[in-house]
Amino acid sequence: MDHNIKRGVSLYSFQEELFLGQMTVEDCVSFAASIGARGIEILPEQNMRSFPNVTDHEVGAWKDMMARHGCEMTCYDMFLDTKLRSDRLMTDEEQVESIRRDLILCNTLGIRNMRVLVFVRPDILERCVPYAEDLDVHMGVEVHAPWHIEHAWILRTIEVADRLGTRHLGLLPDMGIFMKHYPPVWRARFEREGARPEVAQFIVDQHDAKIMAEYTIYEVAVKMKGTPVEVRMAETLRHSPYSNPKRIRDFIPYFRHIQAKFYEMNTDDTDPSLAYDEVVAELIAGGWSGYLSSEYEGNRWVQDVQPVDSREQVRRQHRMFERLLSQRTGEQN
Amino acid sequence: MFDKYLICEHSLRNAGPTDAPEGFTFEAKLGYYRGLGLSMIEDIAVAIDGVELPRDAVRFDEGKGPLTLDQMATAYDRRWAFGETATLIVEYPGGFPPGEHNVSLRQKLRISYLPFPAINSDSKTLSL
Repeated sequence: MDHNIKRGVSLYSFQEELFLGQMTVEDCVSFAASIGARGIEILPEQNMRSFPNVTDHEVGAWKDMMARHGCEMTCYDMFLDTKLRSDRLMTDEEQVESIRRDLILCNTLGIRNMRVLVFVRPDILERCVPYAEDLDVHMGVEVHAPWHIEHAWILRTIEVADRLGTRHLGLLPDMGIFMKHYPPVWRARFEREGARPEVAQFIVDQHDAKIMAEYTIYEVAVKMKGTPVEVRMAETLRHSPYSNPKRIRDFIPYFRHIQAKFYEMNTDDTDPSLAYDEVVAELIAGGWSGYLSSEYEGNRWVQDVQPVDSREQVRRQHRMFERLLSQRTGEQN
Repeated sequence: MFDKYLICEHSLRNAGPTDAPEGFTFEAKLGYYRGLGLSMIEDIAVAIDGVELPRDAVRFDEGKGPLTLDQMATAYDRRWAFGETATLIVEYPGGFPPGEHNVSLRQKLRISYLPFPAINSDSKTLSL
């Protein structure tokens, strides 16, 4: 079956090297282009020096950089500082104004997708829809673990979008919601911090059996007399849902971009944890088009013992994408 | 997040007159994957050689001039950028003798989407 699913990368993936000054943003873009990932997702609050008062000069420099590497900016990751002040939350008006600021900058950069943090209230987004429509930016609420695609909170955004009949408000799935197996790289970190191997194995087995987190946490904390690090490992199960990949097809009208989260790739270019093979098959079968945008989040799990190599991790994920995207198109079969 | 990278190596200095130091300075980064407005940095706790220093002894300067931590709470127009160093200036009359000193840093951040504060901490032995 033909499809129009493209490969991209979020600059989030290179946070280790960017933070340490080992790569510049242009190095990241150049690398992405070198592996055929020509869609670049940006975090202005990470990557743009003049944020929030971004200068025309900086906007121009970003557009020029994309052109130099044959890339395009695919998605703008917004943030909302509702707790800017210590004495009160932002008012609703202030929240709308902050989101409007981001929509305008997103449009100025020529980007048509904005990742909205999952905690932003649907009624606030409803008030932003006229701006999003005017600026032609799709506001995609990030479906991020421990939420999942049919969580009642997520369905509230769907309800607003349906009621308004707008094509500028919807979702933006983060593939972390499809955690089929506990990430080995998480387990290894907890074991380095002192978790007993048999307790770690128990937690992994419980996750594999899809036993509800609270049972496992109680078993570890009370019956196994878990240490604080073992209890912390068990508590990660609260944030590790395995959504049904089959259901994503029903939500295709609501999303235009995907954050392809991952924690570590195997050397044979498979993901030991997230069910990409099942999800990509559903996206192809459903006729979805958009970017799979790599979001490598493994650095924080390995940086205590080894140098982080985000490029190698992203490269492996893209070889997996090439395989999954070509197997069903007949290009290689 | 980024805990082990928060305190910059080789950055410890005495501050003030050489013969009568008034304190010390060192460089640090923000433990977060994006920049953050200074008003959301709730606390920066510093200890040296195991001695916790009072909150009002600490000044922060990301390049636009030193602020007390209380002044940071309302510095709505200033940010600590991602991956950028800031100078921490700590009052400590007499400063420290040359040699190795253990510096500890703990950052408490108010991240709007998290239900709890984010805490980052680092501890390093630096030479003066």
